[in-house]
Amino acid sequence: MDTVNSTPAPAAKKGPSARHRLLDSFATLYKINSFILRFFKEAFLPPFELKEVMRQCYETGVRSFTLITFTGFVTGLIFTKQSRPSLLNFGAQSWLPSLVSIAIMRALAPLITALIAAGKVGSSIGAELGSMRVTEQIDAMEVSGTKPFKYLVCTRVLATTLSIPILATYTGFVALFGGYLNVATNEGTSWTTFWEQVFEPLTFVDFVASLAKAIVFGFTIGIVGCYQGYYSTKGTEGVGKAANGAVVTAMFLVFVEEILIVQIAGWFR
Amino acid sequence: MEKAKVNIDHTNPVITIRGLEKSFGDYDVLRGIDLDLYQGENLVVLGRSGTGKSVLIKIICGLLKQDAGEVSVLGHDVANIPDRELQELRTRIGFSFQNSALYDSMTVRKNLEFPLVRNRKGITKKEVNESVERVLDAVGLSHTINQMPAELSGGQRKRIGIARTLILNPEIMLYDEPTAGLDPLTCIEINDLINEVQQRFNTSSIIITHDLTCAKSTGDRIAMLLDGQFQRVGSFEEVFDTNDERVKPFFEYNFIQ
Repeated sequence: MDTVNSTPAPAAKKGPSARHRLLDSFATLYKINSFILRFFKEAFLPPFELKEVMRQCYETGVRSFTLITFTGFVTGLIFTKQSRPSLLNFGAQSWLPSLVSIAIMRALAPLITALIAAGKVGSSIGAELGSMRVTEQIDAMEVSGTKPFKYLVCTRVLATTLSIPILATYTGFVALFGGYLNVATNEGTSWTTFWEQVFEPLTFVDFVASLAKAIVFGFTIGIVGCYQGYYSTKGTEGVGKAANGAVVTAMFLVFVEEILIVQIAGWFR
Repeated sequence: MEKAKVNIDHTNPVITIRGLEKSFGDYDVLRGIDLDLYQGENLVVLGRSGTGKSVLIKIICGLLKQDAGEVSVLGHDVANIPDRELQELRTRIGFSFQNSALYDSMTVRKNLEFPLVRNRKGITKKEVNESVERVLDAVGLSHTINQMPAELSGGQRKRIGIARTLILNPEIMLYDEPTAGLDPLTCIEINDLINEVQQRFNTSSIIITHDLTCAKSTGDRIAMLLDGQFQRVGSFEEVFDTNDERVKPFFEYNFIQ
């Protein structure tokens, strides 16, 4: 027997109106803006938490070392290997070191480092601060007359801003070393010739743009991770969301910044 | 342990609250609270979960802002003082959190040192060590000094949380559910510790709880929070000597069980 569902369909649940969503977006933008301004206001005023900054540099920098080394090396090696056939078609395989150098030093090294740091460091900052928020550790710092923002946020943002440029430079050289191994094996290029060809096409603007990118990426990863964690709510679910939000938002912003800085650097070339 | 007689200065309120109101969305949590906490007094705030007890003490120490009313702590209007003054005021208030809120990444020693070295400029290493040892001795946990919070039991965490607030020699203590989640014997130990802190450190305290044993053994005065207002305030016997149907079940559940 056919059955007819006589129960009326429930009315569609109304979500927040477009006006409310727009207002919420502005409120969030204002909150983010205040958070960034607060960082600049507090980070450069005493007391400086230098010991904690160093500890965070160790956490973000040294602890990412193995992953960065492996990723950088593989990127350089594979990029060189994949680029060879195209150059070979034009008999231009001698340009391989220059091509690899431009690609890695101008774009790949800061970008790869930032993406790895966003995943590893950003998520860890988001989760750690999120967990501290939901277990009231941040409130406990606040009520004991200390400055949790300075101790937790400023130190972490400074650490990522300082350590990611160093990591990006290191990634660049490891990737170039990967490229060298490939070139030396296939073309028999010497160590000296390879490095001469690597530095030949690079200009001062390339180094400055690359460094600027890494600094901006480092700041972004730190500030996004801290923001997501510091304002985390809703218990353990909130901690997961903070970690996830830190990674997704930081990666998105890193790509946007990459485009902007490439454009700006292009004006100076 | 029987609560010893304490001297309460009824002419000197350290916290004065008038017409305090606080809402979250459409939910009015506090609806016109009036309260005085006197020097040397342990005041217990009783009430069901979700009645705004914790909100009340978070407003007192400036973690939350009220919608209306005045809160004066040690002569300062908490809602309207500059950040720097609020920070200084907070060093005179100890806040013991429900879940202790110990810093996970630090040892017990570092947990205790954290507020001290940041609030006492120029303090020497020797003075820091002495203060740490003094408060650990006060809570009877000197042997845990190098342990991580994760290695401590629930009762030990509560005690260390109290020790961390005592290290700044606060004049006011705010306890948020000090016995929640603890076994009966540990509850008795925590109640005794609260009384000991009152006598030894000469503090005035607000104790938020729904544990009547805790209320009876630590409170000099009880305030029953119902429907966003203090419905009954007085000694333990005065508060529960009533036929009020909102109060009676609270008493019966705790003691008849």
